[in-house]
Amino acid sequence: MDFPASFALIAPELILTASGLMLLLVCAWRGDKMARPVAILAAAALFGAGFMLVPGLHFGTGPDTYAFGTLIKVDGFALFAKALIYLAAIGCLMIAPAFFNSEAAGSEKGLRAEYSVLVLFAVLGMSIMVSAADFITLYLGLELNSLAAYVLASILRQDQRSAEAGLKYFVLGALASGILLYGISLLYGFTGGTDFVSVRAGLEGDLSTGQLFGLIFVMAGLAFKIAAVPFHMWTPDVYEGAPTPVTAFFSTAPKVAAVALTARVVFEVFGGQVLAWQQIVMFAALASIVFGALGAIGQENLKRLLAYSSINNIGFILLGLAVANADGASAMLVYLFIYVVMSLGSFVALLMLRSEDGHLYETFGDIRGLATTRPVIAWSLLVLMFSLAGIPPLLGFFSKFVIFKATVEAGLVAFAAIAIAASVIGAFYYIKFVKVMFFDDAVDVVKGKSGNSHWALLILTALIVSPLGYLMTQSLTDLADKAAAALFVAV
Amino acid sequence: MDFPILTTMMLVPLAGAILCLFVGNQGDGAPARGIALASTLATFALGILLWVNYDIGGAQWQFQESYDLFAGFSYALGIDGISLMLIMLSVFLMPICILASWEAITKRVGEYMAAFLFMEVLMIGTFAAQDLFLFYIFFEAGLIPMYLIIGVWGGDNRIYASYKFFLYTLLGSVLMLVAMFWMTATAGTSDIPTLMEYPFPEGAQMWLWLAFFASFAVKVPMWPFHTWLPDAHVQAPTAGSVILAGVLLKLGGYGFIRFSLPMFPEASAEFAWLVFILSMIAVIYTSLVALVQADMKKLIAYSSVAHMAIVTVGLFAFNVQGLEGAMLIMLSHGLVSGALFLCVGVIYDRLHTREIERYGGLSINMPYYAIFFLLFTMASIGLPGTSGFVGEFLSLAGIYQTSSLVALICTTGIILGAAYMLYLYRRVAFGAQTNEDAAAMSDIRPREWAMMVPIAAVVLWMGVYPESFLAPMREDIRVLNAQIADAAPASDAELAAGTPRDGMANAIEHDGEGAH
Repeated sequence: MDFPASFALIAPELILTASGLMLLLVCAWRGDKMARPVAILAAAALFGAGFMLVPGLHFGTGPDTYAFGTLIKVDGFALFAKALIYLAAIGCLMIAPAFFNSEAAGSEKGLRAEYSVLVLFAVLGMSIMVSAADFITLYLGLELNSLAAYVLASILRQDQRSAEAGLKYFVLGALASGILLYGISLLYGFTGGTDFVSVRAGLEGDLSTGQLFGLIFVMAGLAFKIAAVPFHMWTPDVYEGAPTPVTAFFSTAPKVAAVALTARVVFEVFGGQVLAWQQIVMFAALASIVFGALGAIGQENLKRLLAYSSINNIGFILLGLAVANADGASAMLVYLFIYVVMSLGSFVALLMLRSEDGHLYETFGDIRGLATTRPVIAWSLLVLMFSLAGIPPLLGFFSKFVIFKATVEAGLVAFAAIAIAASVIGAFYYIKFVKVMFFDDAVDVVKGKSGNSHWALLILTALIVSPLGYLMTQSLTDLADKAAAALFVAV
Repeated sequence: MDFPILTTMMLVPLAGAILCLFVGNQGDGAPARGIALASTLATFALGILLWVNYDIGGAQWQFQESYDLFAGFSYALGIDGISLMLIMLSVFLMPICILASWEAITKRVGEYMAAFLFMEVLMIGTFAAQDLFLFYIFFEAGLIPMYLIIGVWGGDNRIYASYKFFLYTLLGSVLMLVAMFWMTATAGTSDIPTLMEYPFPEGAQMWLWLAFFASFAVKVPMWPFHTWLPDAHVQAPTAGSVILAGVLLKLGGYGFIRFSLPMFPEASAEFAWLVFILSMIAVIYTSLVALVQADMKKLIAYSSVAHMAIVTVGLFAFNVQGLEGAMLIMLSHGLVSGALFLCVGVIYDRLHTREIERYGGLSINMPYYAIFFLLFTMASIGLPGTSGFVGEFLSLAGIYQTSSLVALICTTGIILGAAYMLYLYRRVAFGAQTNEDAAAMSDIRPREWAMMVPIAAVVLWMGVYPESFLAPMREDIRVLNAQIADAAPASDAELAAGTPRDGMANAIEHDGEGAH
């Protein structure tokens, strides 16, 4: 085992670990008055860690991608996912202070220093997740991420909804971890290994019942983490209850990590048994699209609605996974990127719906007629919502474009036709956003000012999903193709 | 020509739209109106330049531009005669729409004008796109501005109408998208001119044709997919109806002529009966429905369905007359139904009702208005000398070669068309002035003259000398017809040659000499 080479490969994780621990000490000794510097340093650490990824993303990774034996694998796929995770996390750190320092945080006004540290640790966990090449590493990363996330969900300790969200997330998350662990233990028992290569080797040929059960339990556990139907029930409650910046975080970075992890597991571990899992993924994809769309229709609460929207989007991402080839995986990554941008943008827009004294609004009733009172927010939301609905010429269409293209090219035409027809149901509630903001008479309650970081992120995300975003599709698909190829080259 | 005129034609209104968005409602919207009018007029001027420079009988695809900007599809533009005519129709109607909204729209003028200008960009893009997916993007993107136009500036029931419009058309087109993916995966390119010559296997053609049909039949709209149209028309502001009837409905017809016919000729022949049946029902049924409408806009909306049915019949007649006729009806209907909506708009602006009963005897107090209204009514009926006649005659002559029965029933539709249009005109313009407020309305003003005169002139021009409009399309239609000729369905009007009789043709048979 070549330690220097291994450490070089996990440089981003080392940076995150070191800065996380140091910042934790700062929090412990100096307390909440250091919250702002800690947040800035945390963002800087993420940025630094992200910077370490650039050479690998740009020039491609070296031939040796394994670190510490077969525990960790830093290939192009991991690099792409990490870059996306770090970017999303930086965005979420940027929007948090303005929320916690306003009346919206209720009795616990003021950003707490440990918030940024928790985000850092969650990101570290995700980072490990996406480059895991062994079920034990996978589980370590997953739990590190989840534990930080449980705390983040209930970070407003006095707020009943936040505490409830944290508790629900914890109980259901623990259940999911249990299911996953059970699946892993079955696979270990029936194949004799925990690293992906030997498990895959052990799964060659006909699957035994025990192996099949292991596979299904692992898939179920992962479906829980990415909130795919039928394991999606926790999402609306957690999204609604958690403080909005935390919800924005949940809907972006951990999603990327969980999806990337799922992709790696199904391709690298179960890659020889496509027929065993393809139907499961297909069902989850279609069910997520349909239930995500139907569930969203009756919602009045915008955060809840976006939770269903994320379920719906996961459906489309799984569509790419169900294709089970490099094109599908690449399409999935492109979709993930665009989804992260749209999701972040929507939550930033929700964070900007504040009353004069800083309270947050989060129902449809409050944004009636927003187009006349706050045109910039309304138009940005319009762009984001039409983009989420996949209406051209916005970038959201491109994400659906690549997914369906890969699906049809793989011959799953009927499957694609059903999924795309179901996507029309989703359009219904996205255009309801536009209807409420543009067609209804103004209630004019959204009067609060928003910070520069909010404006910057909102405008940036709106510009990316606007038709201008198409100009970057070539480089984006290039990167995604390279990353997806890494997933299949090792096999 | 190296100058990228098509891109410029799209950039001009785009720039205008962005300016309008930023200007907003300043100065009661006057600057936004000015910007919108200036940019649509500039685009129209570019359009004239385009027509003048179009080489009739030259290369099939002209003014081609192609840039490698996107992943998965390319930014490729280019036009043939068919596209040219439809682009001209769009850029011609656009300044008129802006004029029609000059006083009628008072709230959120900047956003309104921006939506219209975006619409213009998308329409030009749809007709000029040479890449399958670029076409889809432009085709589908039109939903966003139209949804806003209906929803924000529409009538009382606008929300229902806007939802229906949006979801109906979206559902129609997504299936087409799947078909497009299949086509590009099979043919290996998304270039439209190449795809037009690509022989798709016959079995697959059926499915592809149906997927495209789902989209275009909703757009055209064909019975029974037409129900969104009356709602959308009635609720949209005047200019919105003009664009909807004038250009958006043509997207469906354009789709048939650009995609369904050349790409899937065998399937088109196979499904021609379906198109005929739906069109025959549409002609009779919607004409009868139009006859009993109390709302002027609804009446014209139903008449659009009937007219577009004659377009689809002509398209699937599989001969040159039918195709030429269909294209001419599309152009003519774009002008005439647009003008009729403007006529409704003129009196709606004064009395704020579309109910036919509330008017009457307008030819007394609004003589000039009555003249224009009469001209457009006659053009809608298809009176010789107006644009409506040429197209309908050609189209029906074309279908008569294919099926006498379809021709018979569709011609009945023309008679019914005369019935409901004349009945409408009699109730609105003739008779006694029963309503005082209607009798007090003033005749059309200079701004309204400026809207009516150009359309009236073109309607007469197209009626008297249609060659100007047919010439650019002739070669393209000939090529298309040659392409689909092999697949043409059997016609019931083939002349069967009998055996010639012996002797002279005028010989009288005699029983014999002297037998009286």
